[in-house]
Amino acid sequence: MLIENPLMEARQVTLYYGASEALRDVTLQAAPHQITALIGPSGCGKSTMLRCFNRMNDLIPHVRLSGQILYRTHDLYHPDIDPVEVRRKIGMVFQKPNPFPKSIYENVAWGARLNGYRGNMDELVERCLRQAALWDEVQDQLRKSALALSGGQQQRLCIARTIATEPEVILMDEPCSALDPIATLRIEDLMRELKERYTIIIVTHNMQQAARVSDYTAMMMLTDDRAAGTIIEFGETQRLFTTPSDRRTEDYITGRFG
Amino acid sequence: MGVDNFPPMLVLRRRSRPGEWLIQGFLLLCALLSILTTLGIVVVLGRESWLFFGDEAVTLSEFLTSTTWQPAIGHFGVWPLLNATLMTTTIAMLVAIPLGLGVAIYLSEYAAPHVHDFLKPTLEVLAGIPTVVYGYFALTFMTPLLQNLFGRETVEIYNTASAGLVMGIMILPLIASLSEDALRAVPRSLREAAYALGATPLETSTQVVLPAALSGISAAIILGISRAIGETMIVSIAAGAGPSFTLNPFEAAETMTGHIARISGGDLSYNTIDYNSIFALGMTLFIFTFSLNLISRIIVERFREVYE
Amino acid sequence: MSFDPERSNFAPTLRSRRTWARIGRWLFIAATVVALAALMMMLYNVATSTVGLVAVEYEREPSTLVEQPLEEVSKEELVALLQANISAGLFRRLEHDQPFATRSRETVYDLVIEHVVAETIVRSWPLDKSLVDRAAIEAEIAADYPTARVRFHAWLQPQFLTRSMSSNPEQAGVRTALLGSLWMVLITMLLAFPIGVGSAIYLEEYASDTLLNSILQSNINNLAGIPSIIYGMLGLAIFVRTLEPYTSGAAFGVLDGNGRTILSASLTMALLILPIIIVSAQEAIRAVPQSIRLASYGLGATRWQTTWYQVLPVAMPGILTGTILAMSRAIGETAPLIVVGASTFIVSDPTGPFSKFTVLPIQIYQWTSRPQAEFRHLAATAIVVLLVLLLTLNATAVLVRQRLGRLP
Ligand SMILES: Nc1ncnc2c1ncn2[C@@H]1O[C@H](COP(=O)(O)OP(=O)(O)OP(=O)(O)O)[C@@H](O)[C@H]1O
Ligand SMILES: [Mg+2]
Repeated sequence: MLIENPLMEARQVTLYYGASEALRDVTLQAAPHQITALIGPSGCGKSTMLRCFNRMNDLIPHVRLSGQILYRTHDLYHPDIDPVEVRRKIGMVFQKPNPFPKSIYENVAWGARLNGYRGNMDELVERCLRQAALWDEVQDQLRKSALALSGGQQQRLCIARTIATEPEVILMDEPCSALDPIATLRIEDLMRELKERYTIIIVTHNMQQAARVSDYTAMMMLTDDRAAGTIIEFGETQRLFTTPSDRRTEDYITGRFG
Repeated sequence: MGVDNFPPMLVLRRRSRPGEWLIQGFLLLCALLSILTTLGIVVVLGRESWLFFGDEAVTLSEFLTSTTWQPAIGHFGVWPLLNATLMTTTIAMLVAIPLGLGVAIYLSEYAAPHVHDFLKPTLEVLAGIPTVVYGYFALTFMTPLLQNLFGRETVEIYNTASAGLVMGIMILPLIASLSEDALRAVPRSLREAAYALGATPLETSTQVVLPAALSGISAAIILGISRAIGETMIVSIAAGAGPSFTLNPFEAAETMTGHIARISGGDLSYNTIDYNSIFALGMTLFIFTFSLNLISRIIVERFREVYE
Repeated sequence: MSFDPERSNFAPTLRSRRTWARIGRWLFIAATVVALAALMMMLYNVATSTVGLVAVEYEREPSTLVEQPLEEVSKEELVALLQANISAGLFRRLEHDQPFATRSRETVYDLVIEHVVAETIVRSWPLDKSLVDRAAIEAEIAADYPTARVRFHAWLQPQFLTRSMSSNPEQAGVRTALLGSLWMVLITMLLAFPIGVGSAIYLEEYASDTLLNSILQSNINNLAGIPSIIYGMLGLAIFVRTLEPYTSGAAFGVLDGNGRTILSASLTMALLILPIIIVSAQEAIRAVPQSIRLASYGLGATRWQTTWYQVLPVAMPGILTGTILAMSRAIGETAPLIVVGASTFIVSDPTGPFSKFTVLPIQIYQWTSRPQAEFRHLAATAIVVLLVLLLTLNATAVLVRQRLGRLP
């Protein structure tokens, strides 16, 4: 296999939404303290794949999954595993910034408090906001509603909120799609810093972004019968973007894809 | 490759969360209470009706066909009460349907936005006025008005006309509001199509919009009928106490609901035929309104399919 | 080629169609005006009965008792007047009911009017008539009741709220009924609010079994359409009769009384407004953006933590608005309480869930059903009290939505 000691791994994952197949036989690895990007055309199952990693799919009725999702070689879908605990360890940042309609402070503190954090909350909030590169902008207005922030600030707040629960993995589903280029670059910088401490898996539609930030890239696409998504190529980002081995990957990243 | 090759991670093991289960159980109980209410209604009405029809003084055929309801001498024919119910309901709908539809069409097709935004909530507030107030209005305003118009000899103090008219006024906001919703739901493009063919506003609203909203409007009307049948206070106050089989709207007659209210309001002893009889009336009422509500909902559901 | 109407295949109908369109428009406007007029008439009809001329007869002219107008006499003098003019036995009984020392001047004044002056209203008129036909009214009274005096009487006055039931219309008030309504609504809401919101949460956040969910849902819709009097019959059979030991308080050591208590009424009313609360709470919960839930679950929150900390706070303004509307429904409902057995004439204030009781709408019903005109005035006045109460609630609902609707 490509990666020696993956932190997270999907093995032959097949997923159905009711009767319709969304993923077929997907195998993927995420190296620790690296950024793994999932790219591919719309509707090929990137978000679905990402949600498998922290069992967010459990919230959708009639989802069936086969294969394994491994975290440190432990099966996350083992019947004895608690999805709530999983999501604590494997946090998620969503496509659209979705802060809670509470104060900035509460947004960061809530998840930590929920998970039994007993340290100094003010310190934690400050630390997480600093890590999310938001502290300087909001330090005087922690009690203000999070909804008053700009989209880019909101997204960084969502990242701060996620790292406050001290996860090991952060899943990001097109975290920059609602942001302007400057906010996007800030988030990208942030991701590079965060990977020192966390393992990141990111879905993106932006080829440059994938090339800029990620260490590994997985190219997803619909299977030939167009029924479900699968991974057609996986490798180090640099290699994949310079010498793709699959014709379709090359077409896609160079923008020649229909 | 079995599950056991990948043992679950200890820290992620399913925790027992008794609080969560307790809460979920409580919430489920809450939700089941409404089922219990329905069952309770059916069982109570069914049981007492069963006892009622089990009495040797009563037969189902007499109940369904006879035109005398005189418990004192053992006559239990539902028709005097049912007839009064149907009369007040008919009169009410004669008022509420044309006026309610008129208001609805005015609001959705003609009224300026600020007029609409004022009238619609006003209607909704008026729809929330307790029916006992309407009953007062029937007795102290409508009845004297009818007496002045048609003469004191023809119009009795208690009469179904007054109760019916006021009931119509009561139901009017309901029909107007629901019908207006239905009219609003008709896509704008349909109106524009009609206007583009040279139709006048009247032609557009009556020949294009109204038919398109017909199912929603029928549902509103049926709901109104069901409300009229079940309405109690207006008829208790204004229609008269004492069953009588009459087709004259200016004479007193007691409706099913009015009878139930009057009998149960007095000193009623359990296990008497009087006690059981009101449950048989309640059952009749329940069947009527339940069927009407069901029809109304079926119509609405069809309606949804058309537009989605 | 120019347009030639002569050769067109279309009949020139525009003029008559225009006319019809105009007539139609006026018809719709007329319907609206008639509808609003009828509803306004109702409010006018109530309002005009809350004050007006009355013709009163006295057993003792107040002017023969004391020199100043009776309204200005002090409490001590009133007590003396009372003692001088009524039998010793009656005075002792009144003193026994409540010592004069502790009675307010108002109540002593009422006693003087009741027992000494013995004022009786022989006829009464609504305000509109009183203002327009005053001369005719006075002539009519001079002919029919030579000794009677015509004066204005405000049926709607502050004491109306604090006086209890009385067979003398001038002394009657709605305190007992108002307290009954408040007790009933309080207990009703304590029962219906948590259960209703709980059901809504279950249906929106928990129920995954779609069959059970759709059964519950259509059942709730059905319940909302059942006439209120049928709920009364359910309450009569279950709460008043079957559960009598509990609803009468016998199981808790309250000995006198039957199942026709505030508790029974509240239980019945709770079942009646439950569907309203559930449906509105469901709507409010459904309106909470899904992204908030996902964010919460993504942080490792459990279902209940998500619901309690994130969903409910956002949904609360909507839930409260719906609840307040349900509350006004409970306050205005009459029929089910008649069936459950609200008392028709009680003078003692309700003191708890096991008290006999009456409520405002029942009181209105009672007064309306009396043949004497004076009681109609009382009914109208009580209606004003009821409508003001409901209007306040509605305004609160609007305020709640505006205030709480704003985010922190
Ligand atoms: N909740 C759901 N229920 C049923 N089908 C779903 C659901 N979510 C996604 N799907 C289907 O699964 C397939 C993959 O969807 P997914 O959202 O994972 O695609 P994606 O690659 O993230 O697309 P995009 O780039 O547009 O976000 C699609 O065909 C979609 O219709
Ligand atoms: Mg996606």
